Amino acid sequence: MTKGNTAVPKVFYTQPDGTERVVEAEAGDSVMQAAVRNGVPGILAQCGGSLSCATCHVFLDERHADDFPPVSEDEDDMLDVAATDREDNSRLSCQLVLTEGQEVHVAIPETQL
Amino acid sequence: MSTGHLLVIGAGQAGAQLVSSARELGWAGPITLVGHEPHAPYGRPPLSKAYLRGEVDAGGLALRSNAFYAEQRVELVVGDRVTHVDLAVGEAVAESGRRWTFDRLALATGAEPRRLDLEGSDLDGVVVLRDVADAAALTRRLSEVSDLVVIGGGFIGLEVAATAAATGVRATVVEAGQSLMNRVVSPDTAAVVEAEHRAAGIQVLTGTRPLRLHGDGAVRAVELEDGTELAADLVLVGIGARPRDDLARAAGLCCDGGVVVDELSLASDGRTVAVGDCANLPDPTPGAVPGRRLRLESVDNAIEQAKVAARTLTGDPRPYRSVPWFWSDQGALKLQTAGLAGADDDVVVRTGTRAGQHVALRYRGEQLVAVECVNAPADFLVVRKALATNRTLPRDVAADTGVSLKKLLR
Ligand SMILES: Cc1cc2nc3c(=O)[nH]c(=O)nc-3n(C[C@H](O)[C@H](O)[C@H](O)COP(=O)(O)OP(=O)(O)OC[C@H]3O[C@@H](n4cnc5c(N)ncnc54)[C@H](O)[C@@H]3O)c2cc1C
Ligand code: FES
Repeated sequence: MTKGNTAVPKVFYTQPDGTERVVEAEAGDSVMQAAVRNGVPGILAQCGGSLSCATCHVFLDERHADDFPPVSEDEDDMLDVAATDREDNSRLSCQLVLTEGQEVHVAIPETQL
Repeated sequence: MSTGHLLVIGAGQAGAQLVSSARELGWAGPITLVGHEPHAPYGRPPLSKAYLRGEVDAGGLALRSNAFYAEQRVELVVGDRVTHVDLAVGEAVAESGRRWTFDRLALATGAEPRRLDLEGSDLDGVVVLRDVADAAALTRRLSEVSDLVVIGGGFIGLEVAATAAATGVRATVVEAGQSLMNRVVSPDTAAVVEAEHRAAGIQVLTGTRPLRLHGDGAVRAVELEDGTELAADLVLVGIGARPRDDLARAAGLCCDGGVVVDELSLASDGRTVAVGDCANLPDPTPGAVPGRRLRLESVDNAIEQAKVAARTLTGDPRPYRSVPWFWSDQGALKLQTAGLAGADDDVVVRTGTRAGQHVALRYRGEQLVAVECVNAPADFLVVRKALATNRTLPRDVAADTGVSLKKLLR
Protein backbone atom coordinates (compact mmCIF):
# COMPACT_ATOMS: atom_id res chain seq x y z
CA MET A 1 0.00 0.00 0.00
CA THR A 2 1.31 3.44 -0.79
CA LYS A 3 0.22 6.89 0.17
CA GLY A 4 1.00 9.34 -2.57
CA ASN A 5 4.47 8.30 -3.62
CA THR A 6 5.86 7.28 -0.29
CA ALA A 7 5.39 3.84 1.14
CA VAL A 8 3.97 3.37 4.63
CA PRO A 9 6.40 1.90 7.16
CA LYS A 10 6.37 -1.88 7.47
CA VAL A 11 7.35 -3.87 10.51
CA PHE A 12 8.27 -7.56 10.34
CA TYR A 13 7.72 -9.28 13.69
CA THR A 14 9.30 -12.69 14.29
CA GLN A 15 7.86 -14.71 17.14
CA PRO A 16 10.01 -16.95 19.35
CA ASP A 17 8.67 -19.96 17.36
CA GLY A 18 9.95 -18.43 14.13
CA THR A 19 6.64 -17.34 12.61
CA GLU A 20 6.71 -13.92 11.03
CA ARG A 21 4.00 -11.31 10.63
CA VAL A 22 4.20 -8.11 8.64
CA VAL A 23 2.27 -5.05 9.71
CA GLU A 24 1.75 -1.90 7.73
CA ALA A 25 2.09 0.95 10.15
CA GLU A 26 1.86 4.70 9.94
CA ALA A 27 4.71 7.14 10.11
CA GLY A 28 4.89 8.44 13.67
CA ASP A 29 3.71 5.16 15.19
CA SER A 30 6.18 3.23 17.27
CA VAL A 31 7.09 -0.40 16.62
CA MET A 32 5.17 -1.12 19.84
CA GLN A 33 2.01 0.69 18.69
CA ALA A 34 2.02 -1.01 15.32
CA ALA A 35 2.09 -4.38 17.08
CA VAL A 36 -0.52 -3.69 19.73
CA ARG A 37 -2.95 -1.97 17.39
CA ASN A 38 -2.85 -4.90 15.02
CA GLY A 39 -2.96 -7.70 17.55
CA VAL A 40 0.61 -8.97 17.16
CA PRO A 41 1.11 -11.12 20.26
CA GLY A 42 4.12 -10.95 22.53
CA ILE A 43 4.42 -7.19 22.96
CA LEU A 44 2.39 -6.38 26.06
CA ALA A 45 3.16 -2.67 26.38
CA GLN A 46 1.40 -2.36 29.71
CA CYS A 47 2.16 1.34 29.97
CA GLY A 48 1.15 2.23 26.43
CA GLY A 49 4.55 3.63 25.56
CA SER A 50 5.43 5.88 28.47
CA LEU A 51 8.67 4.07 29.29
CA SER A 52 7.31 2.67 32.52
CA CYS A 53 6.90 -1.09 32.07
CA ALA A 54 9.60 -2.73 29.89
CA THR A 55 6.99 -5.16 28.53
CA CYS A 56 7.62 -4.03 24.94
CA HIS A 57 11.13 -5.53 24.71
CA VAL A 58 12.28 -6.56 21.21
CA PHE A 59 15.49 -7.58 19.49
CA LEU A 60 16.11 -5.11 16.71
CA ASP A 61 17.71 -6.55 13.59
CA GLU A 62 21.34 -5.39 13.55
CA ARG A 63 20.96 -3.78 10.14
CA HIS A 64 18.60 -1.17 11.65
CA ALA A 65 20.81 -0.37 14.62
CA ASP A 66 21.59 3.12 13.40
CA ASP A 67 18.11 3.94 12.08
CA PHE A 68 16.78 4.93 15.49
CA PRO A 69 17.89 7.27 18.25
CA PRO A 70 20.25 5.56 20.69
CA VAL A 71 19.11 3.94 23.93
CA SER A 72 18.39 6.54 26.62
CA GLU A 73 19.58 6.19 30.19
CA ASP A 74 16.15 5.07 31.46
CA GLU A 75 15.68 2.63 28.60
CA ASP A 76 19.15 1.27 29.29
CA ASP A 77 18.40 0.72 32.99
CA MET A 78 15.07 -0.88 32.20
CA LEU A 79 16.51 -3.26 29.59
CA ASP A 80 18.91 -4.46 32.30
CA VAL A 81 15.97 -5.78 34.26
CA ALA A 82 13.73 -6.92 31.39
CA ALA A 83 12.04 -10.29 31.85
CA THR A 84 13.97 -11.88 28.97
CA ASP A 85 17.71 -11.34 29.24
CA ARG A 86 19.03 -8.39 27.38
CA GLU A 87 21.17 -8.76 24.29
CA ASP A 88 23.24 -6.23 22.38
CA ASN A 89 20.35 -5.47 20.04
CA SER A 90 17.66 -5.20 22.74
CA ARG A 91 15.34 -2.21 22.57
CA LEU A 92 12.07 -1.12 24.10
CA SER A 93 9.86 -0.99 21.03
CA CYS A 94 7.83 2.00 22.25
CA GLN A 95 10.98 4.03 21.73
CA LEU A 96 11.32 3.02 18.06
CA VAL A 97 9.29 5.57 16.13
CA LEU A 98 8.72 4.74 12.48
CA THR A 99 9.26 7.05 9.55
CA GLU A 100 7.79 7.06 6.05
CA GLY A 101 8.95 4.15 3.92
CA GLN A 102 10.94 2.45 6.66
CA GLU A 103 11.09 -1.35 6.86
CA VAL A 104 12.04 -2.76 10.22
CA HIS A 105 12.66 -6.32 11.38
CA VAL A 106 12.33 -7.19 15.04
CA ALA A 107 12.24 -10.42 17.00
CA ILE A 108 9.96 -10.86 19.98
CA PRO A 109 11.44 -12.36 23.16
CA GLU A 110 10.15 -15.45 25.02
CA THR A 111 8.51 -13.48 27.77
CA GLN A 112 7.80 -9.91 28.81
CA LEU A 113 6.85 -10.57 32.44
CA MET B 1 -21.80 -21.04 25.24
CA SER B 2 -19.13 -18.83 23.77
CA THR B 3 -20.97 -18.97 20.47
CA GLY B 4 -23.60 -16.50 21.71
CA HIS B 5 -23.57 -12.72 21.38
CA LEU B 6 -21.25 -10.85 23.72
CA LEU B 7 -22.25 -7.21 24.22
CA VAL B 8 -19.66 -4.92 25.77
CA ILE B 9 -20.86 -1.51 26.94
CA GLY B 10 -18.13 1.12 27.16
CA ALA B 11 -15.41 1.39 24.51
CA GLY B 12 -12.45 2.50 26.62
CA GLN B 13 -9.26 0.86 27.85
CA ALA B 14 -11.08 -2.00 29.58
CA GLY B 15 -13.66 -2.57 26.83
CA ALA B 16 -10.98 -2.76 24.15
CA GLN B 17 -8.97 -5.26 26.18
CA LEU B 18 -12.02 -7.36 26.93
CA VAL B 19 -13.01 -7.82 23.29
CA SER B 20 -9.40 -8.57 22.29
CA SER B 21 -8.90 -11.11 25.06
CA ALA B 22 -12.30 -12.74 24.58
CA ARG B 23 -11.46 -13.42 20.93
CA GLU B 24 -7.98 -14.57 21.75
CA LEU B 25 -9.36 -17.00 24.33
CA GLY B 26 -11.85 -18.46 21.90
CA TRP B 27 -15.12 -16.57 22.11
CA ALA B 28 -16.55 -17.68 18.77
CA GLY B 29 -19.86 -15.81 18.58
CA PRO B 30 -20.53 -12.21 17.58
CA ILE B 31 -19.03 -9.46 19.71
CA THR B 32 -20.37 -5.91 19.82
CA LEU B 33 -18.52 -3.05 21.52
CA VAL B 34 -20.60 0.09 22.08
CA GLY B 35 -19.10 3.41 23.14
CA HIS B 36 -20.60 6.80 23.81
CA GLU B 37 -17.63 8.84 22.64
CA PRO B 38 -17.29 9.45 18.90
CA HIS B 39 -13.93 7.61 18.85
CA ALA B 40 -12.68 4.07 18.72
CA PRO B 41 -11.10 3.08 22.07
CA TYR B 42 -8.09 5.22 22.95
CA GLY B 43 -5.64 5.60 25.80
CA ARG B 44 -6.32 8.41 28.26
CA PRO B 45 -2.89 8.78 29.91
CA PRO B 46 -1.46 11.05 27.18
CA LEU B 47 -4.43 13.44 27.56
CA SER B 48 -2.79 15.12 30.54
CA LYS B 49 0.71 14.85 29.09
CA ALA B 50 1.86 14.40 25.47
CA TYR B 51 -1.50 15.38 23.98
CA LEU B 52 -1.57 18.66 25.95
CA ARG B 53 1.95 19.39 24.73
CA GLY B 54 0.82 18.80 21.15
CA GLU B 55 3.13 15.81 20.73
CA VAL B 56 0.35 13.41 19.77
CA ASP B 57 -3.06 13.96 18.16
CA ALA B 58 -6.34 12.14 18.72
CA GLY B 59 -5.54 9.56 16.01
CA GLY B 60 -2.26 8.72 17.73
CA LEU B 61 -4.10 7.70 20.90
CA ALA B 62 -5.97 4.75 19.35
CA LEU B 63 -5.52 1.48 21.22
CA ARG B 64 -6.29 -0.74 18.21
CA SER B 65 -6.45 -0.12 14.47
CA ASN B 66 -9.80 -0.14 12.67
CA ALA B 67 -8.56 -3.15 10.72
CA PHE B 68 -8.12 -4.98 14.01
CA TYR B 69 -11.81 -4.79 14.89
CA ALA B 70 -12.75 -5.98 11.40
CA GLU B 71 -10.27 -8.87 11.47
CA GLN B 72 -11.40 -9.89 14.93
CA ARG B 73 -15.05 -9.63 13.88
CA VAL B 74 -15.84 -7.11 16.57
CA GLU B 75 -18.64 -4.78 15.67
CA LEU B 76 -17.59 -1.39 17.02
CA VAL B 77 -20.40 1.11 17.50
CA VAL B 78 -19.24 4.58 18.50
CA GLY B 79 -21.17 7.72 19.37
CA ASP B 80 -24.08 5.91 20.95
CA ARG B 81 -24.99 5.45 24.59
CA VAL B 82 -26.75 2.45 26.05
CA THR B 83 -29.58 3.78 28.19
CA HIS B 84 -31.34 0.64 29.32
CA VAL B 85 -30.47 -2.97 29.96
CA ASP B 86 -32.88 -5.81 30.66
CA LEU B 87 -30.88 -8.66 32.14
CA ALA B 88 -33.77 -11.12 32.35
CA VAL B 89 -34.58 -10.82 28.66
CA GLY B 90 -30.99 -10.15 27.55
CA GLU B 91 -31.66 -6.91 25.73
CA ALA B 92 -30.03 -3.48 25.64
CA VAL B 93 -31.37 -0.25 24.17
CA ALA B 94 -29.34 2.76 23.08
CA GLU B 95 -30.05 6.47 22.79
CA SER B 96 -30.26 6.15 19.02
CA GLY B 97 -33.00 3.55 19.33
CA ARG B 98 -30.64 0.70 18.41
CA ARG B 99 -31.37 -2.53 20.24
CA TRP B 100 -29.26 -5.58 20.84
CA THR B 101 -30.08 -8.93 22.30
CA PHE B 102 -27.18 -10.55 24.10
CA ASP B 103 -26.17 -13.82 25.70
CA ARG B 104 -23.49 -12.30 27.89
CA LEU B 105 -23.09 -8.69 28.93
CA ALA B 106 -19.94 -6.83 29.97
CA LEU B 107 -19.94 -3.41 31.59
CA ALA B 108 -16.85 -1.27 31.00
CA THR B 109 -18.43 2.14 31.47
CA GLY B 110 -15.52 3.80 33.29
CA ALA B 111 -15.77 6.78 35.58
CA GLU B 112 -16.50 10.47 35.29
CA PRO B 113 -14.83 13.41 37.01
CA ARG B 114 -16.36 14.68 40.20
CA ARG B 115 -17.45 18.30 39.89
CA LEU B 116 -16.99 21.10 42.38
CA ASP B 117 -20.11 22.00 44.26
CA LEU B 118 -19.26 25.60 45.14
CA GLU B 119 -20.49 29.05 44.32
CA GLY B 120 -19.05 29.94 40.93
CA SER B 121 -18.18 26.43 39.83
CA ASP B 122 -20.35 26.82 36.72
CA LEU B 123 -18.36 29.83 35.50
CA ASP B 124 -16.74 29.63 32.08
CA GLY B 125 -13.15 28.43 32.41
CA VAL B 126 -13.85 25.92 35.17
CA VAL B 127 -13.08 22.59 33.55
CA VAL B 128 -12.43 18.89 34.12
CA LEU B 129 -10.29 16.42 32.16
CA ARG B 130 -11.48 12.96 31.27
CA ASP B 131 -11.81 12.56 27.53
CA VAL B 132 -10.36 13.76 24.28
CA ALA B 133 -12.97 16.51 23.95
CA ASP B 134 -11.99 17.87 27.38
CA ALA B 135 -8.32 17.66 26.43
CA ALA B 136 -8.85 19.48 23.14
CA ALA B 137 -10.66 22.29 24.95
CA LEU B 138 -8.03 22.41 27.68
CA THR B 139 -5.19 22.58 25.15
CA ARG B 140 -6.86 25.54 23.46
CA ARG B 141 -7.48 27.33 26.73
CA LEU B 142 -3.96 26.74 28.01
CA SER B 143 -2.58 28.60 25.03
CA GLU B 144 -4.72 31.61 25.94
CA VAL B 145 -4.49 31.92 29.73
CA SER B 146 -1.90 33.14 32.17
CA ASP B 147 -3.10 31.83 35.55
CA LEU B 148 -4.12 28.21 36.06
CA VAL B 149 -5.46 27.03 39.39
CA VAL B 150 -5.73 23.28 39.83
CA ILE B 151 -8.13 22.16 42.52
CA GLY B 152 -6.94 18.83 43.89
CA GLY B 153 -3.37 17.60 44.24
CA GLY B 154 -3.90 14.23 42.60
CA PHE B 155 -2.19 12.69 39.58
CA ILE B 156 -4.17 14.32 36.83
CA GLY B 157 -4.06 17.79 38.37
CA LEU B 158 -0.33 17.59 38.95
CA GLU B 159 0.32 16.32 35.44
CA VAL B 160 -1.62 19.20 33.94
CA ALA B 161 0.02 21.74 36.27
CA ALA B 162 3.46 20.49 35.25
CA THR B 163 2.61 20.60 31.55
CA ALA B 164 1.13 24.10 31.87
CA ALA B 165 4.05 25.45 33.90
CA ALA B 166 6.47 24.20 31.25
CA THR B 167 4.71 26.39 28.69
CA GLY B 168 4.93 29.50 30.85
CA VAL B 169 1.48 29.46 32.46
CA ARG B 170 1.54 30.37 36.17
CA ALA B 171 0.19 27.29 37.90
CA THR B 172 -1.09 26.85 41.44
CA VAL B 173 -2.22 23.56 42.96
CA VAL B 174 -4.65 23.60 45.87
CA GLU B 175 -4.82 20.40 47.91
CA ALA B 176 -7.08 19.93 50.92
CA GLY B 177 -4.93 17.21 52.49
CA GLN B 178 -1.63 17.78 54.22
CA SER B 179 0.36 16.33 51.33
CA LEU B 180 -0.06 15.79 47.58
CA MET B 181 -1.59 12.52 46.36
CA ASN B 182 -2.20 11.71 49.99
CA ARG B 183 -4.35 8.66 49.47
CA VAL B 184 -1.81 6.90 47.31
CA VAL B 185 1.76 7.71 48.25
CA SER B 186 3.65 8.19 51.50
CA PRO B 187 4.31 11.72 52.79
CA ASP B 188 8.01 11.11 52.03
CA THR B 189 7.36 10.55 48.35
CA ALA B 190 4.82 13.37 48.24
CA ALA B 191 7.47 15.73 49.63
CA VAL B 192 9.92 14.77 46.89
CA VAL B 193 7.27 15.37 44.24
CA GLU B 194 6.20 18.65 45.80
CA ALA B 195 9.78 19.95 45.92
CA GLU B 196 10.21 19.11 42.26
CA HIS B 197 7.04 20.96 41.29
CA ARG B 198 8.01 24.00 43.33
CA ALA B 199 11.40 24.02 41.66
CA ALA B 200 9.58 24.06 38.31
CA GLY B 201 7.75 27.20 39.41
CA ILE B 202 4.44 25.68 40.50
CA GLN B 203 2.87 27.10 43.63
CA VAL B 204 1.67 24.26 45.87
CA LEU B 205 -0.82 24.98 48.65
CA THR B 206 -1.68 22.05 50.91
CA GLY B 207 -4.11 21.85 53.82
CA THR B 208 -6.50 24.36 52.31
CA ARG B 209 -9.59 24.27 50.13
CA PRO B 210 -11.50 26.58 47.87
CA LEU B 211 -14.50 28.40 49.31
CA ARG B 212 -15.94 30.01 46.19
CA LEU B 213 -15.00 31.04 42.68
CA HIS B 214 -15.30 34.60 41.50
CA GLY B 215 -15.93 35.90 38.04
CA ASP B 216 -18.36 37.55 35.76
CA GLY B 217 -19.31 34.98 33.16
CA ALA B 218 -15.73 33.77 33.08
CA VAL B 219 -13.76 32.75 36.15
CA ARG B 220 -11.40 35.41 37.50
CA ALA B 221 -10.28 34.18 40.92
CA VAL B 222 -10.47 31.35 43.42
CA GLU B 223 -11.13 32.30 47.03
CA LEU B 224 -9.73 29.89 49.58
CA GLU B 225 -11.12 29.09 53.01
CA ASP B 226 -8.38 31.11 54.67
CA GLY B 227 -9.41 34.16 52.66
CA THR B 228 -6.57 34.04 50.13
CA GLU B 229 -7.64 35.01 46.62
CA LEU B 230 -5.83 33.35 43.76
CA ALA B 231 -6.01 34.97 40.33
CA ALA B 232 -7.31 32.41 37.85
CA ASP B 233 -8.42 32.59 34.24
CA LEU B 234 -8.54 28.79 34.11
CA VAL B 235 -9.51 26.36 36.85
CA LEU B 236 -8.99 22.64 36.46
CA VAL B 237 -11.01 20.56 38.88
CA GLY B 238 -9.16 17.32 39.61
CA ILE B 239 -10.86 15.96 42.69
CA GLY B 240 -11.33 12.37 41.68
CA ALA B 241 -13.84 10.40 39.71
CA ARG B 242 -17.17 8.75 40.29
CA PRO B 243 -17.79 5.30 38.79
CA ARG B 244 -20.43 5.18 36.07
CA ASP B 245 -22.59 2.49 37.64
CA ASP B 246 -26.03 3.99 36.96
CA LEU B 247 -26.86 1.61 34.13
CA ALA B 248 -25.92 -1.38 36.27
CA ARG B 249 -27.92 -0.11 39.23
CA ALA B 250 -31.00 0.47 37.08
CA ALA B 251 -30.60 -3.06 35.74
CA GLY B 252 -30.83 -4.38 39.30
CA LEU B 253 -27.16 -5.22 39.84
CA CYS B 254 -25.67 -4.60 43.26
CA CYS B 255 -23.68 -1.36 43.25
CA ASP B 256 -21.74 0.31 46.04
CA GLY B 257 -19.60 3.08 44.66
CA GLY B 258 -19.06 0.97 41.53
CA VAL B 259 -20.53 -2.25 40.18
CA VAL B 260 -19.86 -4.86 42.84
CA VAL B 261 -17.98 -7.82 41.33
CA ASP B 262 -16.26 -10.90 42.68
CA GLU B 263 -12.71 -12.06 41.98
CA LEU B 264 -13.86 -13.50 38.63
CA SER B 265 -15.27 -10.07 37.69
CA LEU B 266 -18.83 -11.38 37.97
CA ALA B 267 -21.53 -8.95 39.12
CA SER B 268 -24.27 -9.85 41.60
CA ASP B 269 -26.36 -11.74 39.02
CA GLY B 270 -23.49 -14.19 38.55
CA ARG B 271 -23.49 -13.68 34.76
CA THR B 272 -22.74 -10.06 33.89
CA VAL B 273 -19.10 -9.03 34.12
CA ALA B 274 -17.89 -5.53 35.00
CA VAL B 275 -14.34 -4.29 34.53
CA GLY B 276 -12.13 -1.23 34.84
CA ASP B 277 -12.89 2.07 36.55
CA CYS B 278 -16.60 1.25 36.98
CA ALA B 279 -16.00 -1.85 39.12
CA ASN B 280 -15.89 -2.26 42.88
CA LEU B 281 -13.70 -5.33 43.31
CA PRO B 282 -11.99 -7.47 45.92
CA ASP B 283 -8.38 -6.36 46.44
CA PRO B 284 -6.49 -8.51 43.90
CA THR B 285 -3.13 -8.21 45.67
CA PRO B 286 -1.74 -11.63 46.65
CA GLY B 287 -2.11 -11.95 50.41
CA ALA B 288 -4.58 -9.06 50.69
CA VAL B 289 -6.84 -8.76 53.72
CA PRO B 290 -9.82 -11.02 52.92
CA GLY B 291 -12.99 -9.07 52.24
CA ARG B 292 -11.20 -5.82 51.46
CA ARG B 293 -12.88 -4.12 48.48
CA LEU B 294 -11.82 -1.14 46.43
CA ARG B 295 -11.94 0.57 43.08
CA LEU B 296 -8.82 0.85 40.97
CA GLU B 297 -8.50 3.59 38.41
CA SER B 298 -5.53 2.60 36.32
CA VAL B 299 -4.56 1.28 32.94
CA ASP B 300 -3.06 -1.75 34.68
CA ASN B 301 -6.35 -2.70 36.31
CA ALA B 302 -8.39 -1.97 33.17
CA ILE B 303 -6.21 -4.44 31.27
CA GLU B 304 -5.72 -7.13 33.90
CA GLN B 305 -9.32 -7.20 35.12
CA ALA B 306 -10.55 -7.34 31.53
CA LYS B 307 -8.37 -10.41 30.99
CA VAL B 308 -9.88 -12.02 34.08
CA ALA B 309 -13.39 -11.29 32.79
CA ALA B 310 -12.52 -12.70 29.36
CA ARG B 311 -11.45 -15.98 31.00
CA THR B 312 -14.66 -16.05 33.00
CA LEU B 313 -16.72 -15.53 29.85
CA THR B 314 -14.87 -18.16 27.84
CA GLY B 315 -15.23 -20.83 30.48
CA ASP B 316 -11.75 -20.87 32.01
CA PRO B 317 -12.30 -18.75 35.12
CA ARG B 318 -9.29 -17.80 37.25
CA PRO B 319 -9.45 -15.43 40.21
CA TYR B 320 -7.89 -12.00 39.78
CA ARG B 321 -4.49 -12.02 41.51
CA SER B 322 -2.16 -9.22 40.65
CA VAL B 323 -0.08 -6.48 42.23
CA PRO B 324 -1.78 -3.24 41.19
CA TRP B 325 0.57 -0.69 39.73
CA PHE B 326 0.40 2.81 38.39
CA TRP B 327 2.53 5.46 36.76
CA SER B 328 2.20 9.20 36.46
CA ASP B 329 4.50 11.39 34.36
CA GLN B 330 4.53 14.88 35.82
CA GLY B 331 6.77 17.10 33.79
CA ALA B 332 10.32 15.77 34.25
CA LEU B 333 9.18 13.51 37.02
CA LYS B 334 8.22 9.87 36.54
CA LEU B 335 6.29 8.54 39.48
CA GLN B 336 5.52 4.82 39.69
CA THR B 337 3.85 2.78 42.39
CA ALA B 338 3.25 -0.94 42.81
CA GLY B 339 1.26 -2.57 45.58
CA LEU B 340 -1.28 -0.91 47.81
CA ALA B 341 0.14 0.56 50.99
CA GLY B 342 -2.02 1.83 53.82
CA ALA B 343 -1.35 5.02 55.77
CA ASP B 344 -0.06 2.89 58.66
CA ASP B 345 2.53 1.03 56.64
CA ASP B 346 6.14 1.99 57.31
CA VAL B 347 8.37 3.76 54.86
CA VAL B 348 11.99 2.84 54.15
CA VAL B 349 13.50 5.44 51.84
CA ARG B 350 16.40 4.62 49.56
CA THR B 351 18.09 7.01 47.24
CA GLY B 352 18.58 5.76 43.74
CA THR B 353 21.80 5.38 41.86
CA ARG B 354 21.35 8.64 40.02
CA ALA B 355 20.59 12.18 41.17
CA GLY B 356 16.89 12.91 41.39
CA GLN B 357 15.93 9.31 42.02
CA HIS B 358 13.82 8.36 45.02
CA VAL B 359 12.67 4.91 46.07
CA ALA B 360 10.34 4.39 49.03
CA LEU B 361 9.70 0.81 50.11
CA ARG B 362 6.57 0.28 52.17
CA TYR B 363 6.52 -2.33 54.92
CA ARG B 364 3.74 -3.90 56.96
CA GLY B 365 5.71 -5.33 59.84
CA GLU B 366 8.49 -7.27 58.13
CA GLN B 367 6.55 -7.75 54.90
CA LEU B 368 7.35 -5.62 51.86
CA VAL B 369 3.94 -4.50 50.52
CA ALA B 370 4.51 -1.66 48.09
CA VAL B 371 7.01 0.59 46.40
CA GLU B 372 6.99 4.21 45.27
CA CYS B 373 9.61 5.37 42.80
CA VAL B 374 10.50 8.73 41.34
CA ASN B 375 12.64 8.65 38.21
CA ALA B 376 13.79 5.13 39.01
CA PRO B 377 11.98 2.91 36.48
CA ALA B 378 14.45 0.03 36.73
CA ASP B 379 14.27 -0.17 40.54
CA PHE B 380 10.51 0.00 40.13
CA LEU B 381 10.45 -3.01 37.84
CA VAL B 382 12.68 -5.03 40.15
CA VAL B 383 10.53 -4.43 43.22
CA ARG B 384 7.28 -4.87 41.31
CA LYS B 385 8.49 -8.30 40.21
CA ALA B 386 9.50 -9.18 43.76
CA LEU B 387 6.04 -8.22 44.99
CA ALA B 388 4.39 -10.25 42.24
CA THR B 389 6.44 -13.33 43.09
CA ASN B 390 5.93 -12.80 46.82
CA ARG B 391 9.56 -12.24 47.67
CA THR B 392 10.43 -9.88 50.45
CA LEU B 393 13.51 -8.03 51.52
CA PRO B 394 14.52 -7.61 55.15
CA ARG B 395 14.08 -3.99 56.13
CA ASP B 396 17.62 -3.47 57.37
CA VAL B 397 19.01 -4.88 54.14
CA ALA B 398 16.67 -2.67 52.11
CA ALA B 399 17.83 0.41 53.94
CA ASP B 400 21.43 -0.16 52.85
CA THR B 401 21.55 1.97 49.74
CA GLY B 402 25.08 0.78 48.99
CA VAL B 403 23.69 -2.36 47.37
CA SER B 404 21.46 -2.09 44.31
CA LEU B 405 17.92 -3.42 44.46
CA LYS B 406 18.62 -5.40 41.34
CA LYS B 407 21.36 -7.31 43.19
CA LEU B 408 19.23 -7.72 46.28
CA LEU B 409 16.15 -9.02 44.53
CA ARG B 410 17.23 -10.86 41.44
C1 LIG C 1 -6.33 12.50 31.96
C2 LIG C 1 -6.11 11.11 32.46
C3 LIG C 1 -4.81 10.64 32.64
C4 LIG C 1 -4.58 9.35 33.12
N1 LIG C 1 -3.30 8.92 33.27
C5 LIG C 1 -3.05 7.66 33.71
C6 LIG C 1 -1.72 7.18 33.84
O1 LIG C 1 -0.75 7.89 33.61
N2 LIG C 1 -1.54 5.89 34.25
C7 LIG C 1 -2.60 5.06 34.53
O2 LIG C 1 -2.39 3.90 34.89
N3 LIG C 1 -3.88 5.50 34.42
C8 LIG C 1 -4.12 6.78 34.01
N4 LIG C 1 -5.42 7.21 33.89
C9 LIG C 1 -6.52 6.31 34.26
C10 LIG C 1 -6.93 5.39 33.13
O3 LIG C 1 -6.99 6.09 31.93
C11 LIG C 1 -8.27 4.77 33.45
O4 LIG C 1 -8.14 4.00 34.61
C12 LIG C 1 -8.79 3.88 32.31
O5 LIG C 1 -9.06 4.66 31.18
C13 LIG C 1 -10.04 3.13 32.73
O6 LIG C 1 -10.55 2.42 31.64
P1 LIG C 1 -12.09 2.05 31.52
O7 LIG C 1 -12.24 1.36 30.23
O8 LIG C 1 -12.53 1.41 32.77
O9 LIG C 1 -12.84 3.45 31.49
P2 LIG C 1 -12.81 4.58 30.37
O10 LIG C 1 -11.49 4.60 29.70
O11 LIG C 1 -13.32 5.79 31.03
O12 LIG C 1 -13.86 4.11 29.28
C14 LIG C 1 -15.23 4.01 29.51
C15 LIG C 1 -15.96 4.36 28.25
O13 LIG C 1 -17.29 3.93 28.35
C16 LIG C 1 -18.13 4.87 27.75
N5 LIG C 1 -19.48 4.70 28.30
C17 LIG C 1 -19.88 4.94 29.58
N6 LIG C 1 -21.19 4.65 29.71
C18 LIG C 1 -21.63 4.24 28.51
C19 LIG C 1 -22.91 3.82 28.02
N7 LIG C 1 -23.97 3.75 28.83
N8 LIG C 1 -23.01 3.47 26.72
C20 LIG C 1 -21.92 3.52 25.91
N9 LIG C 1 -20.69 3.92 26.32
C21 LIG C 1 -20.55 4.27 27.60
C22 LIG C 1 -17.50 6.19 28.08
O14 LIG C 1 -17.91 7.20 27.18
C23 LIG C 1 -16.01 5.85 27.96
O15 LIG C 1 -15.53 6.11 26.67
C24 LIG C 1 -5.68 8.51 33.42
C25 LIG C 1 -6.99 8.98 33.25
C26 LIG C 1 -7.21 10.26 32.77
C27 LIG C 1 -8.62 10.75 32.60
S1 FES D 1 5.32 0.20 26.42
FE1 FES D 1 5.90 0.39 28.50
S2 FES D 1 8.02 0.72 28.35
FE2 FES D 1 7.44 0.49 26.29
